[in-house]
Parts: sequence; C-alpha cells; structure tokens
Amino acid sequence: MNIKVLGSGCDKCKKLEANVKEAIAEMGIEATVEKVEDFKQIMAYGVMQTPALVVDEKVKSVGKLLKPDEVKVFLK
Amino acid sequence: MTIFSFINQQLLKMEWLSDLVATFVESVLKLDMDSRVGGSVHFFIYDVIKIFILLSVLIFTVSIIQSYFPPERTRKILGNFKGITANILGALLGTITPFCSCSSIPLFIGFTSAGLPIGVTFSFLISSPLVDLASVLLLASIFNWKIAISYVVVGLVLAVVSGTMISKLKLEKYVEPFVYGNPLLDIPEEEMTMKHRIDFAKTQVKDIVKKVWLYILIGVAIGAAIHNWIPEEVITALLGDDKWYSVPLATLVGIPMYADIFGTLPIAEALVGKGVGIGTVLSFMMAVTALSLPSMILLKKVVKTPLLIFFAGIVSVGILIIGFTFNAFSYLLI
Repeated sequence: MNIKVLGSGCDKCKKLEANVKEAIAEMGIEATVEKVEDFKQIMAYGVMQTPALVVDEKVKSVGKLLKPDEVKVFLK
Repeated sequence: MTIFSFINQQLLKMEWLSDLVATFVESVLKLDMDSRVGGSVHFFIYDVIKIFILLSVLIFTVSIIQSYFPPERTRKILGNFKGITANILGALLGTITPFCSCSSIPLFIGFTSAGLPIGVTFSFLISSPLVDLASVLLLASIFNWKIAISYVVVGLVLAVVSGTMISKLKLEKYVEPFVYGNPLLDIPEEEMTMKHRIDFAKTQVKDIVKKVWLYILIGVAIGAAIHNWIPEEVITALLGDDKWYSVPLATLVGIPMYADIFGTLPIAEALVGKGVGIGTVLSFMMAVTALSLPSMILLKKVVKTPLLIFFAGIVSVGILIIGFTFNAFSYLLI
C-alpha cells in the first residue's frame, strides 16, 4: 500500500504523518508513507486544504488532522 | 435597562468581569486602581480573560456556521456568478469559509483551476483575514456596534474593489502558469451530522486558541503599556487625529507586522483610549491583518512580482482612504 500525506510543512501536516505511521504500526500492515510538500505535486491531486491523505493515489481526506483510529478506516 | 443594552454591557463588554478584576487588584494584590501599576495590571488581567472567553465562544459559534461552507462548496457557488456579483459573493464567502493561512495557496490554485477569475479569488483572500466574523463581535465588545458594522462594510468594499480592479486590469498574465489546469477533486460532500459540526467547532477553538494565545498576550501587554505608561502627549504627537501623517504612519507600521486580528484589538483599544482617531486605529488593524510579510512570501509562489505589488499597493491605498474617511466622520461613530 502506498500512502501519501500532502501538506506544505505546517504543524498539522507533520502530526498527520506521525498518526499515519502510528496507524500502520498498530495494524501491522505493509505500507510506504511519503510526505509531499511541493505545491505543484499537491495540486496534481486537486486538493484545496491541507493536510490531505492519499491512499494508493486516491484522495481520502482533506483539511483534517485525522487521529490514528480515523486513519485506520481508510487503510482497510 | 433594556435587554439589548444588558447584553451589550454585561455579555459583550463584560463589565461584571471588569468590576471583579478591580476588586481582585485592590483587595488581593493591594494595588491602587488609580496607580499606574494597578491600572495596567487591571487592564492586562481583564483584557486577557475577556478576549479568551469571547474568542472561545465566538469561534465555536462561527465554526458551526463555517462547517456549512467548505472551500469546495464555496468554489461551486462562486462558479455560478459573473462580474462584480462574483466579487461581492467572494468577499462575503471569504468571511465564512474556514481555512488556515497555510491552505491559502492550494485554495488560490484550486479556485483558479476551476476557472474563477483571479479578481474573485483576490476578493476572497482579502476579506478572509480582514473581516473575520468573530472579530466583528469583538470590535462591538471593545468599541461599539456602529464601529463594528462600519468596519465590516468598508472591509468588504475594500475586498470587492481591489478584486474588481485586478480583474479589470487583466492581470492574469502575472499568475504562474502551473496554477492553471490542475485537476479538480470532486470528493462527494460528506454528510455532516450535528455531532460532526460540534466536533469540528471544538477542534477549531482548540487550534485557534493554540495559534493566537501568544499574539493576544503580547497585544494585551502592549495595550497595557500604552494604557498606563506611555504619556498621552507622546501618542497624540505621533498619532493624534489632527496630524495628517497619523494614518499613513499607522498603516506603514502595521504592514510588516504579522498578528492575528485578536492580537491587534487590545492595542487598538488602548490607542483609542489615548485619543487616537478611530480611522487611524482601523488603518493599523487592517494593515496588520490584510497585508503581512509571511502571506506575501506565500503568495509570491503563485503570482509574479507585478501582480503582488499591485495587490499590496491597492490594498494599502484602500486602507489609507478608509483611515482618513473614518477620522473625518468619527463624530458619527463615537
């Protein structure tokens, strides 16, 4: 599974990345986590609010700092 | 006492709190309220508590309203309108669409890629930090309703006029090419239950308080210093409304400053108390919130220098005009 966290480096984006990693560890699944900070790449997904969560190239959530439990729902 | 003035005096201005803090300063801290130390301690404690209470209640209420207007929806609404109507709606929706300044670039790109004229997007981006719904109620609390409502009206007019001029002058050529033609994400609008909205509002209160508490403390500290330590003659010599340069000076000082509108309010409050004209104070607040170095640096990523300069220029001129006008007609407001 390929997971991307889109965000320009604001506080919430970093926290979301940490929460995603926590969710993966708790679920014990194989996944790569990538942080995308470049505006051009972020905009390729068409999101207007950061942080955004992308799972296997599909946008799952925008503008929310999801808790680890909330991230898990998108990884199932 | 009518109900309206009760609400105004006790709920908005919190006179009970002022009295309570005065008692605390006099009987617990044993400070004379008329002394400088006593007076500034009172200003500081009272203002900090008042602003935090109002802020939390207001952000909560405003966030519930905002949860009905995510940027995706705002973009759709704006797409249905043309010309100045679109600018007016852009400015109005700017006041109720929730977004943090770190999202202003994706939002700019998202609006432009959807084919909205950049003038409309600028109307939105100018009004958004300038005319915050919560700040309007704080203005009413600190000054009065006439000033709060006039502030909203001129803030919106400034956003509409600046955006319209950017459209009319066809400045699109100064937008970086990668801003155009990005895909539009169309995730189905989430069905939000009231519980979702309340959770969203709670998170907003937490986030915003975390973000602005320091600005508020600094703002109130500066306000307390102005209130009790800086002689009135010094302030009126620099910023008195009989001095023609008071408005440009306040604007110039405000532009590079970066603070939330909530941090500027206590400074504004203290300055007005020292006899500074209301127009001068509003110019300062508008310059701090609408134009700041960090937001310019962000904008520079998506627009070229001529458009950035035009944006800063027209907003500054607008702020100056507002300042002079409010000073000239201040007798109608206070």
